[in-house]
Amino acid sequence: MVDLTNRAKLLLEIADDELILGWRNSEWTGIAPFLEEDVAFSSIAQNEIGHARALYELAARDLDTTADELAFDRQPEEYRSAPLVEIRFVPDWARTIARHYLYESADAVRVAALKESDDTEVAGLMAKIDREETYHRMHADMWIERLRDDPKVREALVQLWPYALGLLDKDLRPRLLERVRLELPEAEPIERGSHLEEWKALWDEMTMVRRSVTGATW
Amino acid sequence: MIYEVFRQERKGQAFQHAGAFDAPDGAFAEAYAREFYGRRGESAALWVVPREAIASINEFADELERNYHRVDGYSLKEKLKEARERAHAAKNAIR
Repeated sequence: MVDLTNRAKLLLEIADDELILGWRNSEWTGIAPFLEEDVAFSSIAQNEIGHARALYELAARDLDTTADELAFDRQPEEYRSAPLVEIRFVPDWARTIARHYLYESADAVRVAALKESDDTEVAGLMAKIDREETYHRMHADMWIERLRDDPKVREALVQLWPYALGLLDKDLRPRLLERVRLELPEAEPIERGSHLEEWKALWDEMTMVRRSVTGATW
Repeated sequence: MIYEVFRQERKGQAFQHAGAFDAPDGAFAEAYAREFYGRRGESAALWVVPREAIASINEFADELERNYHRVDGYSLKEKLKEARERAHAAKNAIR
């Protein structure tokens, strides 16, 4: 892979987060706790993958490649995703909701910062994405409102908090703490840069079809 | 709780029943309505109503067969046939 510019690095971080989280959330399709939630959660997962595509397209222009190549043709260790999005939670709904809430909260902080970016292309795309993310946040907020005192969810929030912090650049982390309004212990952030064991299996599955016929047009 | 959803396809049009689903409260119902009936851009607006808020009427007393209230009390087909026959007869009479 070519040397990445800072902008491409940033775009790939967010795109990889959205793609992988979208993929993980879509693992609930057909088996979510009830039908209505199944439809809603699957739709949110699809939106995340849509956001990933838009971000890959912008990065692909900088890197003289295509969105598909960025999404599927890199090696697992080349992805810039945060460990938070890589964890496989099915069939644990409590932890899924805890991650959903923490991810949407952290993403809100990141998107708000990038909407103010001097780079008008990045700022414009983030504003577009934000209009959809508003509904994801509403969805996550109402779930956590209902389940925040459930011991399993509470435990999951504490467990995932270091991962959520690691999703953001250092200077944005205090804003996440402000935003979540939960009592969470101080934690050492789990930084982006290394991958979880279970990421490789997801990568295998995610890229399987594309790898099956190299160079084919889909 | 069951919620009934009414969908307006284009601004200014009448709302039509779209379907129903189960949701724990109004906030969830709103979110699910968006996903079920709005995510493909198929709606200009939605009404989301708890089923129990709807006054349902399904009995209509008509003990004395007041067919003068009903459209079927007056057979347009019959009346038209009679009118045509009269017109025909009148025409023949003039000849």
